[in-house]
Amino acid sequence: MTMSMYYAGIFADVGILLLGALSVYIILSTGQLSLGNAGFMGIGAYLTSWLTVMVGLPLTPSLLIAAIVAGIIGVVVGFPALRLKGIYLAMATLGFGEMVRSFFLNFSAMGGPEGFHGMQHVSTGTIWIWAILVLVLVMVLETSQIWLEIRAVRDDETAAGLVGLNATSIKVGAFGFGAAVAAIAGGLFAHHHVYIEPGNFSFERSIDFVLAVILGGSTVAPGALAGAVILVVLPEYLRFLADWRFAAFGALLIGMLVVRRQGLLDRALLRLALPSSPA
Amino acid sequence: MSAMLETPPRLQLDRVSKLFGGVHALTDLSLQVAPRQIVGVIGPNGAGKTTTFNVITGAYRASSGAVMLDGKAVTDEPSHRIARAGIMRTFQNIRLFADMTVWEHLLVAQPHTGSALQRLLPTRLANPSAIARAQEVLEFFELGDVRNRLARSLPYGLQRKVEMARAVTARPKLLLLDEPVAGMNHDEAETIRNLMLKLRDDGLSILLIEHDMAFVMNLCDNLYVLDFGVLIAQGRPDEIRVNPAVLDAYLGQAD
Repeated sequence: MTMSMYYAGIFADVGILLLGALSVYIILSTGQLSLGNAGFMGIGAYLTSWLTVMVGLPLTPSLLIAAIVAGIIGVVVGFPALRLKGIYLAMATLGFGEMVRSFFLNFSAMGGPEGFHGMQHVSTGTIWIWAILVLVLVMVLETSQIWLEIRAVRDDETAAGLVGLNATSIKVGAFGFGAAVAAIAGGLFAHHHVYIEPGNFSFERSIDFVLAVILGGSTVAPGALAGAVILVVLPEYLRFLADWRFAAFGALLIGMLVVRRQGLLDRALLRLALPSSPA
Repeated sequence: MSAMLETPPRLQLDRVSKLFGGVHALTDLSLQVAPRQIVGVIGPNGAGKTTTFNVITGAYRASSGAVMLDGKAVTDEPSHRIARAGIMRTFQNIRLFADMTVWEHLLVAQPHTGSALQRLLPTRLANPSAIARAQEVLEFFELGDVRNRLARSLPYGLQRKVEMARAVTARPKLLLLDEPVAGMNHDEAETIRNLMLKLRDDGLSILLIEHDMAFVMNLCDNLYVLDFGVLIAQGRPDEIRVNPAVLDAYLGQAD
């Protein structure tokens, strides 16, 4: 009993992390690094909880509404933020994430530092249905024109513009989409744990999302899945190292970046697994 | 037929200037390309040729003057709008997308093809017209053998071809080629020349920058000669060949 609950807990963590990693992956696909996706996750968590607990909506429409709202916030934040590049954008998104966290800390209508509860518990299965749905959605999008445009913008924004691609709208659109996915992760997190507090949506969680993408593979969507599994399961397996396990984990991360910068999975590896290459 | 004077040129530059700080990179350049014409821009290094391309495509904003496509001003438009209006280009230093195959280059250069929904769904199923156009261009440029190769892994001459193919896929009205045969051997240059003539016959106007004088002289209907950002001569190749100002500024120099 306790053992299976322990595994269910881990499995739920992987599902949430997969969604969070996908939210980073989508934005990273346009060449933008966001260190603030826990902020969008927080918005999703609080908004979904408010809709189910205070308004009385069922979970699914609440999640969708939260995703749309977070997506719009993502676009609004994205417009000025995406004028920044590289490290400056990363810093700006980090600031956004912390801003959201401190907003909820001071937002007493939703409990402030006390947190918020009263949500109906959802199972690990529900989390995984959403996670797989979003993963498949992104994988289907990866075979579309839009995704080619996203890759073009990441590779060479100037050249992309000169073949007629509107780099700004592609980047801002991806930012909004990533924010929406992060919000779904937040809504599911809130309803799985049935209690949220601002500290759940801290900078460390944003970093976890990014780490999962970097470890699993930052050029293909299934990389987010591989990364989420590695990031949650590996520290469990490294328990025998006791206090040294996070150091070992850090060494592993550095090793991965040295030998395989694109992460565990990439297009070439997936092509080996699925020989029929998509058009 | 009678409206000869009323038909606007495909491309018209009207007294275009570009300053960087206080430096005149381009001074009062006026230039025309008629439909189905191949026009060359020549001049020594630093004469302002690539600057001209950058102003036409919106990569730089003109300090003054106007750029018109079919009589409509495109000056100050963002570059993706100018591209969609029908001006495509290649680069002196080839700029292909890393991590994309030749085929993907031909698909991505069609941002106008299909509805928003078609562009969100798998291209293979939802966007047959984009596939058909990419296939047509692939055959025209004889790139079928390297269809699924990463474009950047190809030999130099083929990379130039891919870049040109990418520029043509969206059916532009005007193609700007920045030194399309630089670094190519005679046979490769001849292939490019034949492609350009075929594209011209299909109705495309071409403006090109080139250092290879023999190549330009045999191909262009009209030439513009720049030196230090100033137009010093224009005319048919046989006129330019004997123009004293050109001989002095350009052909006289070691090149």
